[in-house]
Amino acid sequence: MMYLVKITIGLKEGMLDPEAMAISHALRNLGFATDDLKTKRLYIIRFDAANAPEAEEKARAMCERLLANPVIHHYEIEVHR
Amino acid sequence: MRFAVIQFGGSNCDRDAYYVLSEICGVDTDLLWYKEGLQRPYDAVIIPGGFSYGDYLRAGAIAARTPVMKDIITHVSEGRLVLGICNGAQILAESGLIPGVFTINAYPKFICRDVHLRVDQPVTPFTSLYRKNEVIRIPIAHKEGRYVASEPVIKDLENSGRIAFRFCSPDGTLTSESNPNGSLNHITGVLNKTGNVLAMMPHPERASEEILGSDDGKKVFLSMITHIEYTERASVQ
Repeated sequence: MMYLVKITIGLKEGMLDPEAMAISHALRNLGFATDDLKTKRLYIIRFDAANAPEAEEKARAMCERLLANPVIHHYEIEVHR
Repeated sequence: MRFAVIQFGGSNCDRDAYYVLSEICGVDTDLLWYKEGLQRPYDAVIIPGGFSYGDYLRAGAIAARTPVMKDIITHVSEGRLVLGICNGAQILAESGLIPGVFTINAYPKFICRDVHLRVDQPVTPFTSLYRKNEVIRIPIAHKEGRYVASEPVIKDLENSGRIAFRFCSPDGTLTSESNPNGSLNHITGVLNKTGNVLAMMPHPERASEEILGSDDGKKVFLSMITHIEYTERASVQ
C-alpha cells in the first residue's frame, strides 16, 4: 500500500539557529517584528509499506540513518494514505 | 609508506593535499576516486576539503554514507591513520568516526581567513612534532564549522585529551573574538577514542609552504609520516 509520509526535521530545543536569527533580522528590517522564529525542513516522501505502523517505522529509520543528525536534530513523522 | 587522498564529487582540496604529501613531504600518495574504494592497504587516508555533493542535506552527510566509508572504517579498525580536513572533518563526524557535528557558523556566513590555533594535545600521530600549547597560524574556509556535541561528549573529550586544536588568540588565550565560528570550547580538532582519526576544520595543506604565508600546517603531515615510520620500525624489530 502506498503511503505519503511527511517528515519535519528541526533543531533540538536550545540549539543555536543562526539562519533563523538572520531571517528574523531581515524580517525586522522590513517592519515585521517577530517574537520567535524557527527554521525546519520538510520532506514529503511516497513509498510502499504493508501498513501505517510499518510506514512510520521506515520513516523513523530514514531519519535515524540519514535525514536527521541526532546530535542536533529532532524529527516529526506524519503518515497519510 | 603510502597515503591515499579520497576524491568525492565536489572535493576541491584533493590536489592541494596530494601536492603537499607527494611534492613537499615526498611520500607516495594515490588520488583515489571514491567509487574505487581502498584497493590496497594504506598507511594513511586523507579526506580532503571541498563541497562533496554540494553540501546537500548537511555538509558531509551524503559522502559519509558512500561505500568507501566502509573501507575507511575497516582501515581505522586496523589502527591506521585518517585525517579529515574541513569537508573531510564534516564527513568523519557524519559517519560517526568522531563524535559531535560541525554545523552552521554562529554568524551564518562563509569565513575564509587565517586563524590561530593552540595545539592542545601533542601526543597524537598528527601533532607529535608540535609543542604543547604551541600557537600556529592556519587558514579556515567554511560556513559549517561550528563544533557541537552533547555535554557528556564534550566532558569526555576534555578529560581524555582528545582535543587536538582549539581556536585561540595570537598569544594562545581563548577569547570569544578568537573563536571565529562559535565552536563549543573553541574546539576545531577532534580525535577518535583510539587516537588514529583526526577531524579538523582548518586547512594544514594550505599552510605548508612559507612562500604561501605560513608552513605551520606542514607538521601535521610530517607528524603522520614520523608516526608511520616509527610504527614500521617497531614492527620490524
